[in-house]
Amino acid sequence: MKRIVYSEWRMPSERYWGLLGILAAVVGLGGLAALHMEHNGHWVTGMSNAVVWGMPHIFAVMLILSASGALNIATIGTVFGKGAYKPLGRLSGLLASALLVGGLLILVLDLGRPDRLLVAITHYNFRSIFAWNIYLYTGFMVIVIAYLWSMADRMGGPFVKPIGIFAMVWRLALTAGTGSIFGFLVARQAFDTAFLAPMFVVMSFAYGLAIMLLVLMFTFDQEGRPLGHKLRGRLMNLLGTFVAGVLFLTVIYYLTKVYGAKNYELVSWVLFDGGIYSFMFWFGWILMGSLVPLGIIYHPVLSQDRNWIVAACALVILGGMASLYVIIIGSQAFPLQMFPGHTIIESGFFDGVNGEAASYWPTIPEVLLGLGGVGVAMLITAVGVRVLQFLPESLADADVLPDDLGHAAPELAGT
Amino acid sequence: MKHQEAPLDPSLGSPPDPTLNAGPDQSRRAFLGIAAGATAAVVAPAFVLQAQAVGNPRAERVSDAHRWGLLVDTNRCVDGCRACVDACDQENGLDLQRKQPDQSEAEWDTQKAVWLRKVKLQDNLTGRVSNLPMMCQHCEHPPCVDVCPTGASFKRADGIVMVDRHTCIGCRYCMMACPYKARSFIHEVVEDQLTRVPRGKGCVESCNLCVSRRDQGLDSTACADACTALGHRAILFGDLKDPASAISQALRTMPSRQIREDLDLNTGVRYAGV
Ligand code: SF4
Ligand code: SF4
Repeated sequence: MKRIVYSEWRMPSERYWGLLGILAAVVGLGGLAALHMEHNGHWVTGMSNAVVWGMPHIFAVMLILSASGALNIATIGTVFGKGAYKPLGRLSGLLASALLVGGLLILVLDLGRPDRLLVAITHYNFRSIFAWNIYLYTGFMVIVIAYLWSMADRMGGPFVKPIGIFAMVWRLALTAGTGSIFGFLVARQAFDTAFLAPMFVVMSFAYGLAIMLLVLMFTFDQEGRPLGHKLRGRLMNLLGTFVAGVLFLTVIYYLTKVYGAKNYELVSWVLFDGGIYSFMFWFGWILMGSLVPLGIIYHPVLSQDRNWIVAACALVILGGMASLYVIIIGSQAFPLQMFPGHTIIESGFFDGVNGEAASYWPTIPEVLLGLGGVGVAMLITAVGVRVLQFLPESLADADVLPDDLGHAAPELAGT
Repeated sequence: MKHQEAPLDPSLGSPPDPTLNAGPDQSRRAFLGIAAGATAAVVAPAFVLQAQAVGNPRAERVSDAHRWGLLVDTNRCVDGCRACVDACDQENGLDLQRKQPDQSEAEWDTQKAVWLRKVKLQDNLTGRVSNLPMMCQHCEHPPCVDVCPTGASFKRADGIVMVDRHTCIGCRYCMMACPYKARSFIHEVVEDQLTRVPRGKGCVESCNLCVSRRDQGLDSTACADACTALGHRAILFGDLKDPASAISQALRTMPSRQIREDLDLNTGVRYAGV
């Protein structure tokens, strides 16, 4: 294994500025959408008094989970001493903070009163898991920055591991905390379970790694930096494990729900009668988001093909969006069960008359706001890798894998 | 302004004074705050503000000698009657809400604020139909207050749960947490409102048991008055802590229940006959 050299991203100037231009446009549109929502009020969105969290929250939760998952690679490298992943540590840290900033920005801009951010900072309710999350998020940023320093600075060496361990623990707390935002809502059948916390942890591993792989392949390809097939294969295997993990937990989640007899209706609604939510579940979450990517990852031929790998990663992310759509929006659309054993036949406020679910359709401003957050995350990453030394010069197998493995494939080590 | 307002103490038109909030919850919150020592730097300003507010005797402290509540007798609630809903809308200026020009009727119906609504339900086994008004149940252990990140959702010492419109940031977590769908988010710019019930785009609101009447020492809510005026007498308002109050006596003699009693929220609104 060679010494790893890091350098700035030297993609040709015109292309780089073109990329920045596109990202800036996405961010700009997101900003306009936020202004539009802020100026008119949330009636311009599809959100209502029944479905109070909508598309922006799907994007935000996705980004926040991925932030934690992206840092997972750095953890594997430093804490578990898997040398092959070490060179990815810096990129992993950068991505983690960028994704977190993007996600939080969406959450803040979706508030009814984003101008009161200062109120949110000065007034804390310590019983609110939401308020605890504010600490978890700010702490995460600080730790990631310290982590990046320890990995990049000559003096940082001895601190890498302790900071890495701390970052790992913090990261797990953050994801579990995000899951608990939903898990502690006793009022809502679908959420009323501590199960969502571990589920979100495994989801974060999968989505964060998928995003990381896409960014890695894109940045390396644009500049012709070598990315060893073995290393890529390892990362894909890891992704496969995480995706399978999410699938497994999904099955357990719905099984445990169906065991409680009172939740039978909820489960059968999600699985069969939920319309768009059933479609999102089966087609988005299970088929396109889990089974197809698993098929690609473990397919002997497809798993070697760059385009198929990109497709698998993209599907994992889109499938993740679908699963969050079911978890977050579906659970609000399903009527609150206030009167067991009764059917509501009339209501002045849509209390699930005859069991009918609340309707929700995202509007364009909501989607643009969400994409804007993604744009911010990508913009930070693009600028970061350009001006600082985040990317290793080479991830050729011979350079990063332990010698016995590296030698086995000298032809791939095209340094 | 569309209808007459009761004469008011000027201080009552403004959002709730923080001193009203100085119940046991607040002190526990303060304690936890101190316990979380590492966070003190960020939190300190909030405590300073609070300490100043406590030193300002603008309103009489809300006392926990009372706990306000409602008892709804569903047997008396009339199918098709919406007197309580209309009275609530007028009392709180909700009838001043206007659909936005480009908004569809269907959207408006799901996005406008509703503090009190009528629900009609049928027993799946017996087919018996009941009518009842639903509103914030003024839980003793309110999930909305637990989850609110800024403490804008709060419970007064007299049991009334409400939102401080100065600190609500519009995150809507409380709406996710409420088991009764009692809360509304203000989705549009508020053009017309009553001084006693300040409302504003981007905040959450819900039934506050006509809190401005409480602070003037009046002994009823708009919904209960309207129902009584029609002779239905399905809604009884009163002090749950006063054993001599009509509501306490009725609760002693009549079988009643909380909606979703399984959640152990000890609601201040009770229902009989359902
Ligand atoms: S009914 Fe809902 S809004 Fe009212 S106190 Fe209980 S949880 Fe809060
Ligand atoms: S919407 Fe307002 S009252 Fe409700 S939880 Fe958020 S800050 Fe608190």
